[in-house]
Amino acid sequence: MEIQHKKIKKRVTRNELLFIAMVIPGIVFLLIFSYAPMYGLLMAFQDYIPAKGVFGSKFVGLEHFQYILKLPDIAQVTKNTLYIAIMKMIFNTVLPITFAILLNEIRVLWVKKSVQTIVYLPHFLSWVVLASVVVNLFNLDGTINQILNQFGLSSLNFLGSNQLFPNLLIGTDVWKEFGYSSIVYLAAITSIDPGLYEAATMDGATWIRKVWHVTLPGMLPFILLLTILNVPNILNAGFDQVYNLYSPIVYKSGDVLDTYIYRIGLIGRQYSLGTAVGLVKSVIGLVLIFGSNKFVEKKMNRVMF
Amino acid sequence: MQDKSIFRSTIIYIIVILLGLSCLIPMWNVVAISLSGSDAVMANKVGLFPVKFTLGAYEKIISDHQFWRSFGISVFRVVATLAINLFLIVTMAYPLSKSEKAFTTRKIFMNIMIFAILFSGGMIPTYLVVKRLGLINSIWSLILPGAVPIGSVILVMNFFRGVPKSLEEAAAMDGATPWQTLLKIYIPMSLPSLATVSLFSIVGSWNDFFGGLLYMTRTENYPLMTYIQSLTINISETLQNSTGLTAEQFQALTAVSNKNLNAAKIVVAVLPLLLIYPFMQKYFVKGIVVGSVKE
Repeated sequence: MEIQHKKIKKRVTRNELLFIAMVIPGIVFLLIFSYAPMYGLLMAFQDYIPAKGVFGSKFVGLEHFQYILKLPDIAQVTKNTLYIAIMKMIFNTVLPITFAILLNEIRVLWVKKSVQTIVYLPHFLSWVVLASVVVNLFNLDGTINQILNQFGLSSLNFLGSNQLFPNLLIGTDVWKEFGYSSIVYLAAITSIDPGLYEAATMDGATWIRKVWHVTLPGMLPFILLLTILNVPNILNAGFDQVYNLYSPIVYKSGDVLDTYIYRIGLIGRQYSLGTAVGLVKSVIGLVLIFGSNKFVEKKMNRVMF
Repeated sequence: MQDKSIFRSTIIYIIVILLGLSCLIPMWNVVAISLSGSDAVMANKVGLFPVKFTLGAYEKIISDHQFWRSFGISVFRVVATLAINLFLIVTMAYPLSKSEKAFTTRKIFMNIMIFAILFSGGMIPTYLVVKRLGLINSIWSLILPGAVPIGSVILVMNFFRGVPKSLEEAAAMDGATPWQTLLKIYIPMSLPSLATVSLFSIVGSWNDFFGGLLYMTRTENYPLMTYIQSLTINISETLQNSTGLTAEQFQALTAVSNKNLNAAKIVVAVLPLLLIYPFMQKYFVKGIVVGSVKE
C-alpha cells in the first residue's frame, strides 16, 4: 500500500516537471514579447534616448502626461476614437442580429449556404485589400458617386470630407464584419426552445411578434454578454482600417488613438510621448476589462477566465 | 394569411440576397477591373464585366520581381508561424488543461498568460524590444512576436478538457507516458479545434501588413500585404508633402496610380485565402461558437 502510494506520488511529481517543461517555451516567448515591452513602458516616465536605453535615460516623472493634456489634437483624437468605436459597436450588434434573424427564415438550403459563404468572406480579408475595394466604390469618381449622378445628385467626397469620413469607416467596418458576427447570434437562435414558438403560434402571434417576444428575449443573454465583453474595445477604433483609408485631409475626423500614437511616436520618433499615450490607453483598457468581467461574473454568473 | 406569409418570406429572401450581393459585387468589381484595359478603368467604365478584356495586368505581375519576392516572404512567414504557433499552442494547452491537483503550479503560468491578454506594452515598447533583439529587417520579426496566440491556447485548452478522462486513465494503465497520451489521444481527438486555430494563424499572418511596415526598413523585405499597401500609400505620402490640396487635386493624384495593375495584384494576393476558404468554413463556425460562449 505504502509502496503503491509512493509510486503514484513519484509519477505525479515527475509529471509536474514535465508539465512545467512543456509550458516553459511558450512562457519564454511571452516574457520576451509581452512582458519586456511592459517593462519598456517605464520610458513613458523618462526622456527616452534610444542609445542609452531604459536603464540610462533620465526620469522626468509625469512630465509627458502633463504635456499630453496640453496637446491640441489629443481631445479631438480621443473624441474621434470614442465616436467611431462606439458607433461600430452599436451597428456591429444590431445588423448581425437582424441578419441572423432573417437568415434563420431562409428555408432553401442552397440560398442560405451560398449567402453565408459570401458574407463571411470579407472578415477574412485584409484591410489592405478591402481598402481598395472601398476606394473603388466611394472615390469621387467611384461607383457610388456615379449612381448618385445618375439620379441627378451631386457627388459626395466620402474619403475627403470630415463629415462623411467617420461614417464611411463605421459603415464599411459593419459591412466587413456583419456576416461573421452573425454566426454567434445564429447559434443563439437555434438554441431557443421550439416549444416557445409553437405556443406563440397557438396564441395566434404573427411572425413579427414571435421575433419580438420569443427570438429576441431568447438571444438577450448572448447579446448582453457580447456587448459587455466588447466594452473594453472602446478605445480601439481599428488601426488597420483607418490607416489604409485616411489621409491628411481627414485627420480631423478620422485620426484615432492608435494611428496618432504611430505617427507621433514612431514616425515622429517621440518614443516617450507615444508610449505615454499608449500607456494611458492600456490602463483604461485594463480597468474596463476588469470592470466588465466583474459585471459579467456578478450579474450573469459567468466566469470568463 | 397564406398570402401574407408568402409576401413576408419574399421580402426576407430579397433582403438577405441583397446583403449577400453587397459583399460579392464590390469584390467582383476588383476582379473585373484587373481584367480590363487601363483606359477603360481610368474612365470608370468597368462594372461587373471586364471592358476590353486583357490579361496584360497579370502578365505584368509575372515579371514583377518584387511582387514574387514579397509573395515568397509571406508564404514562408505563414508556414513558419503556423508551425511555431501549433507547437506552442499544444505544449501550453495540454498541461494547462490539467487540474490544479495534477499540475500544482498551473495557476502561476495561467496568470502569466492571462495578464498578457489584459495588458500590453503597446506599439512603441514592442517595436523597441524587437529592435533591441536585432530583428529589424529579419523575417523573424514577423514571426516571433506572435509566437503564442493566447486566445488559441485557451480555445484548445478548453477543447482538451472535453476529452474523456477515462481515455487518459486507460492509456496510463497501459503505461503510456504523458507525451504518448498527448500525441495518440488528445491531438487526434482535438483536430477540429486545431484546424480552427490553424486557420486563425494562417489568415492572421497572411493578412498582416503592419508588422512589415514596422520592422522592415527595406522594401525588398516587405511581406506581400505590406508591399501592396506601399503601392497605395505612396499617394498619401505625396499628399503629406504638399500642403493645401483641394479635393480635386487629391482626386487627380489617386487617379494616377495604376488601377488595374493594383487590382490584379490584389486578386493574386487574395487567391491563396480563397483556395483554403472552403476548408476554413468547415471549421471556423464550430470554432468560434465553442470559443466565444463558454458555459
